[in-house]
Amino acid sequence: MIAILEQKKNITVASADMKPVLFRISRVQKDTHDTFTLDLEPPKGGFYFEPGQFNMLYIHGVGEVPISICGDPLVHDKLIHTIRAVGTVTKAMQKLKKGDLLGVRGPFGTHWPAEESVGSDIVIIAGGIGLPPLRPSIYHILANRGKYGKVVLLYGTRTPKDILYRKELEQWRARFDMEVHVTVDRAAGDWHGDVGVVTTLIPRSHFDPSSTVAMLVGPEVMMRFTVLELQKRGIELDNIYVSMERNMKCGTGFCGHCQYGPTFICKDGPVYPYTAIKDIFVKREI
Amino acid sequence: MKTKEHLPTPTVTIERKNLDILFSSLINNGYNVIGPTVREGAIVYDSITASNNLPVGFTQEQDAGKYKLVKRGDQALFGFNSAPQSWKKFLHPPTLEICHSHRNRNGLTITTPKAESQKHAFVGVRSCDLAAISVLDKVFISSPYTDGGYQARRSDVFIVIVNCGQAGGTCFCTSMQTGPDATKGFDIALTEIIEKDRHYFVAEPGTEQGETILKSVPHKEANIYELKAAESLLENTAEQMGRKVDTTNIAELLNNNSDHVRWQEVAKRCLTCGNCTMVCPTCFCSTIEDVTDLSGDNASRIRKWDSCFTLGFSYIHGGSIRPSVMSRYRQWLTHKFASWHHQFGTSGCVGCGRCITWCPVAIDVTEELNVIRSNEQTNPSTKSTKEKQ
Amino acid sequence: MMESLEPLLAEHPFLKGLDPRYTQIITGCASNVRFDTGQIIFREGEEANQFYIIRQGKVALQIYTPGRGSIIIDTLTEGEVLGWSWLIPPYQWRFDAVASELTRAIALDGKCLRNKCEADHDLGYELLKRFSSIVDQRLESTRIRLLNIYDSNP
Repeated sequence: MIAILEQKKNITVASADMKPVLFRISRVQKDTHDTFTLDLEPPKGGFYFEPGQFNMLYIHGVGEVPISICGDPLVHDKLIHTIRAVGTVTKAMQKLKKGDLLGVRGPFGTHWPAEESVGSDIVIIAGGIGLPPLRPSIYHILANRGKYGKVVLLYGTRTPKDILYRKELEQWRARFDMEVHVTVDRAAGDWHGDVGVVTTLIPRSHFDPSSTVAMLVGPEVMMRFTVLELQKRGIELDNIYVSMERNMKCGTGFCGHCQYGPTFICKDGPVYPYTAIKDIFVKREI
Repeated sequence: MKTKEHLPTPTVTIERKNLDILFSSLINNGYNVIGPTVREGAIVYDSITASNNLPVGFTQEQDAGKYKLVKRGDQALFGFNSAPQSWKKFLHPPTLEICHSHRNRNGLTITTPKAESQKHAFVGVRSCDLAAISVLDKVFISSPYTDGGYQARRSDVFIVIVNCGQAGGTCFCTSMQTGPDATKGFDIALTEIIEKDRHYFVAEPGTEQGETILKSVPHKEANIYELKAAESLLENTAEQMGRKVDTTNIAELLNNNSDHVRWQEVAKRCLTCGNCTMVCPTCFCSTIEDVTDLSGDNASRIRKWDSCFTLGFSYIHGGSIRPSVMSRYRQWLTHKFASWHHQFGTSGCVGCGRCITWCPVAIDVTEELNVIRSNEQTNPSTKSTKEKQ
Repeated sequence: MMESLEPLLAEHPFLKGLDPRYTQIITGCASNVRFDTGQIIFREGEEANQFYIIRQGKVALQIYTPGRGSIIIDTLTEGEVLGWSWLIPPYQWRFDAVASELTRAIALDGKCLRNKCEADHDLGYELLKRFSSIVDQRLESTRIRLLNIYDSNP
């Protein structure tokens, strides 16, 4: 299991007195019909986190939900969250405006293996709303580009209208030291990109399986089939990392909701080396 | 807390008639004494002030799905076993406001409520329940986070345990190695002895505070016959234990048998009522409810006990991860006996038997575990039936 | 037992036109099976060593998704062939198959047939021709379903 990182100079609360710290929204951006991004201003002192971690976000009177942090880990005066409106709390968040206050507790959880993957090729595979939790890792790798071999980003989503971070994807694709493939499940006639499930992008990507670390986030079905494809390509299971998700009420291992087999996703995850959970990953209703 | 090995004070005896002085001594030291008392046909734990508040002359008849309060033939003060509720409700309250958000023209202010400052003395804790408190300590005072509220409530508690003079109808503490006698973790340990013409308690201090309180009660150093009487009472209790569970490699057993047909069978009976999780002294799961007043300006976050048996417990966007009864029963039992070891280094079960007593359909965890062990099925059966020609 | 299966198999559209020599070989790897309603025929991840020709009943192909449960992505009935993962490495089922009603089928030992196909490539070619046609039909039907043609707002 990946050890929990020590909190670095954080002003947010990661202890169990469950009191959120208020952050002011400095920018609201609508990404797609159901996804939006909030830029939050931390109070004095800045906000520090590791790629892969999440916060518990509280909206006055409505509730609190776990949301992955999706900004640049080197930027401490801004906290960014991309959120999909699926339930009561996130739908209420969709109505927030610049200047509104949001409660933040965190950062919680384990992080992507930045140190362990130095020297390897990196394959990042995101499905749908799985791209935001991986973006901090992409920023980190690009900020330390020389430490890594080939870097590949594969992103699949439902239709072209659902593509997130379009401008950034185009910028990354334009780089000479990064390979980016985007695909959708289906598209209207004016789409000139790829159509097909994201696993179809794996055979055409360039990386050395014997020395590659893969990072996956997406619906569990997608991750299940993706792991099989990566194995077919020759990547060892212990070089594959996944990010798991379950119902969470506290983020600190006390409410019991996020249990996944014998692990707590809030403390032992959300990022797991695949070998740590491979036995429960294929079990149903766990 | 120091364990008894470090204390030079010997075990003493206290006569029945002087037991009330123990109560007044605790109360004079600022403790709110909580102990067993009879209410509405059951024994509950509540604030008491004297020995006649205890369930004098009562015992509990318990079996799977059965509970009855009955009169004993004597005037024993502690002649029963652990009561339906557990001590967890005082350390990990069923409802607790954890923070309050106030909205006004200037914005939002979030505050946490002040912790209560009253300290409690638990009188009548059984060995299994003492083990359960220790299990909860590992859950809430753990790494990397600590529940400050639990820690504060826990640090002030004075514990008087009572060794069981008989085994309860659903007990299996011997199998879980949590009793019938407790060796550490208490301030005072009492063993009630009723002889033909004498009713007394063998009392052993477990800490310095325990020593101090005991000294304030009239006592005599215990002689060898009295110590032997206490010892043989406990041996008797151990022998009476009606249920047994083999816990050898139980974590591995349950993890390897996640597709055992027994899970489907118990699911046919289980109502997912959650009684077991409510009465269990170690179940700790909770949920948070957000409550506002009519103006919407005042919002509270209230933590409440929750149960993994509810459909909503594992809900994430669109559905529950554990929709079937089978998966929820399996989750609870596997967590209790297997996952807990991985998470906290102990078993989650202390053998108190409450879940067996309070299951409305009389599901017995010891039976479920024994069936799985005696007939391991590590592969699901999905083979077709060959037809005769 | 095997004698009564041979005429049945020879007549079946899937094996029609096959050299009787090959029909005999295939019959040698065949047996009658029955699945009760709700019985799991195979599960995702298991070794794929058989395929089935359905004689009567209905089989649902499902994918399990946490949160939404098992979703039926296809159903097969009388006369249809179930399963080709036994032909393609790593010979592992990618979906679940469950009998949605009482189903009778002929089970064919894929592992045995695989070896026979390796030994006799003509047999292999005949089988692959037939399976390609089945896979083609299923793919076409799947692609059309992707269109979500019944959606008012696709």
